[in-house]
Amino acid sequence: MSPLLEVRDLRVHFDTEDGVVKAVDGVSFTLEKGKVLGIVGESGSGKSVTMLTVMGLSRASNARIGGEALFEGRNLLEASNEELRSVRGNDISMIFQDPLSSLHPFYKVGAQLVEAIQAHQNLSRAQARERAIEFLGLVGIPDPRARFDNYPHEFSGGMRQRAMIAMALVNEPQLLIADEPTTALDVTVQAQILELIGRLKDELGMAVIMITHDLGVVAEVTDDIAVMYAGRIVEEAATDELFHAPEHPYTWGLLQSIPRLDRPRDEPLVPIPGRPPSLINLPGGCSFHPRCPYVREAHRRIEPKLAPVPDSPKHRVACLLESETRKRLWQDLNAGKEPVEARADVMEGEEVT
Amino acid sequence: MSGEPLVEVRDLVKHFPINRGIILQKQVGAVHAVDGVSFDVMRGESLGIVGETGCGKSTTARLLMRLLDPTSGVIRFEGKDVAKIPRRAFKPFRREIQMIFQDPYSSLNPRKTVGAIIAEPFAIHGLNKGKGERRRAVQELMDLVGLNPEHYNRYPHEFSGGQRQRIGVARALALQPKMIIADEPVSALDVSIQAQILNLLRDLQRDLGLTLILIAHDLSVVRHMCDRVAVMYLGKIVEIADSDTLYRHPRHPYTGALLSAVPVPDPELASRRRRQVLGGDVPSPTNPPPACRFHPRCPKAQDLCHQQEPLLEQKPGGSVAACHFPLSDAEAAERVATAEPV
Repeated sequence: MSPLLEVRDLRVHFDTEDGVVKAVDGVSFTLEKGKVLGIVGESGSGKSVTMLTVMGLSRASNARIGGEALFEGRNLLEASNEELRSVRGNDISMIFQDPLSSLHPFYKVGAQLVEAIQAHQNLSRAQARERAIEFLGLVGIPDPRARFDNYPHEFSGGMRQRAMIAMALVNEPQLLIADEPTTALDVTVQAQILELIGRLKDELGMAVIMITHDLGVVAEVTDDIAVMYAGRIVEEAATDELFHAPEHPYTWGLLQSIPRLDRPRDEPLVPIPGRPPSLINLPGGCSFHPRCPYVREAHRRIEPKLAPVPDSPKHRVACLLESETRKRLWQDLNAGKEPVEARADVMEGEEVT
Repeated sequence: MSGEPLVEVRDLVKHFPINRGIILQKQVGAVHAVDGVSFDVMRGESLGIVGETGCGKSTTARLLMRLLDPTSGVIRFEGKDVAKIPRRAFKPFRREIQMIFQDPYSSLNPRKTVGAIIAEPFAIHGLNKGKGERRRAVQELMDLVGLNPEHYNRYPHEFSGGQRQRIGVARALALQPKMIIADEPVSALDVSIQAQILNLLRDLQRDLGLTLILIAHDLSVVRHMCDRVAVMYLGKIVEIADSDTLYRHPRHPYTGALLSAVPVPDPELASRRRRQVLGGDVPSPTNPPPACRFHPRCPKAQDLCHQQEPLLEQKPGGSVAACHFPLSDAEAAERVATAEPV
């Protein structure tokens, strides 16, 4: 079976006054039908630009786009704007972080859904209306028939996000891209929305790409996870494996820098030192090296390739340390050692930089 | 922590009137933002206030700083009624409580240098008047919060989000306040930066003996930072306890639901736990439900909950909660990752 979406060596560079911004710099991944992929990264890691580009939404005059994005074998990067319009909202839909600014404040929620339906399906107004009401009900909006004629401001935050999801799903896409779908919501509503996305995925058999900075969110709903840093994927693995045997120091940093309910209360947080690099002037060699506690001299010159972990071919990491060393470092960190101690223990005798 | 409370809050109420009409305005209702809240803040402790959007946590903070005047109720700071502080004694009171805001972008004046921003409290209160003296004081503060003192003359846009939040912390510390109120101090920051700011706040609180009120919607952040936690729902405190008790033995079903909703970055644990998803949204604070305000969403609600308002009282297990039918340890363990197994 050929994958639903296959992205190969995607590059998105923007020419700006200050220089070339390498927002995405060689990203590859595949997504099978009906699977959920999480893309995790901080702001500026390129996670959103990657998906916007796949949907043809980053075609600015100063953008240089390279690589391939094959959706059912068709390269979306070469598709005309006309073709893309028939794909967007129909085969691939997207929901965004801020449901208030993604709904038009001037039109009724129902009318906006009808517009989305009629753009892609040859239905009468009345049929489209029925379908819109059906989907508002499907996403759990109480009394959808009455709510059809409400304006977005009459909806609460959680209901707006549900309405957005309904709009994304009315044409039964094969792929739903959710860009930080719960970041603006309260935890209780976040739980509702995540449950909803999980349920709809099963009912409609669609694939989902979940873009987020929150590792907790992806732990519960995804099959696979890709971690992005400075425009590249630095680690990808099945969800279980990524959480139990992560191998990239940046992934460790992410896991150890958030306070967690499943860990002792007084466990110290280990922040990642420094801050994400400028995408105009990326550090040489491994782009994580200025923040990495385990850096060796050579890491400043050699660029790591995303390569499989020896005993697990689907788990790939872009790190210059040997897999053996990485495993021992993570063991030490997991046992509560500070990065400096772990380094001293595992990488003893090496030059400290 | 000494026995004396620094702040005592009793029956605090804040209603915002809703007016209709343009010339002949008349009040047609009120938003019950804070509706009878009582708690103490001990010297040197850190108190977390958590709850969903619109539960009144930020309004409570504003009332504490007297940025808003309460509709009724009393706030005593070091035994003095805050509402009765005369105008001329107001500045010295303001020195004692400082605030750290959520958004490090909009809370710093983009046209002032960092030095001027941090020195602003000195200017307002007429402290460290000499130019050299003021500069030295500012640079000490910058050093204290982990900023390079040489960046004194830079502008906010030259700093990253995390560094800007440090500037906000330095400004809040300038007057050596007794208490700091941090309203969502890390929710606008990148994940890898949040820990830096949380660690800074925790170290400063311990080293300087500050009293900290942390307002956040993120329950894992509050657990990490605070000695005691108050959970608010629709303008009321529904549960208050020290952190270990609250997270191990939550009694109020709302606390249980909040804790249950927090995503845990462990797929195995996540699949084992029975998540309790609260239906619906928070009701409007204009017209809160009668009796127990949580009853329309509560999985354990019974007839009594529609009729009689539960009082905040000591429950078995240690916490103080307002509920007729509190959770048992077994129910808590089923839902909550931090609950003690039975």
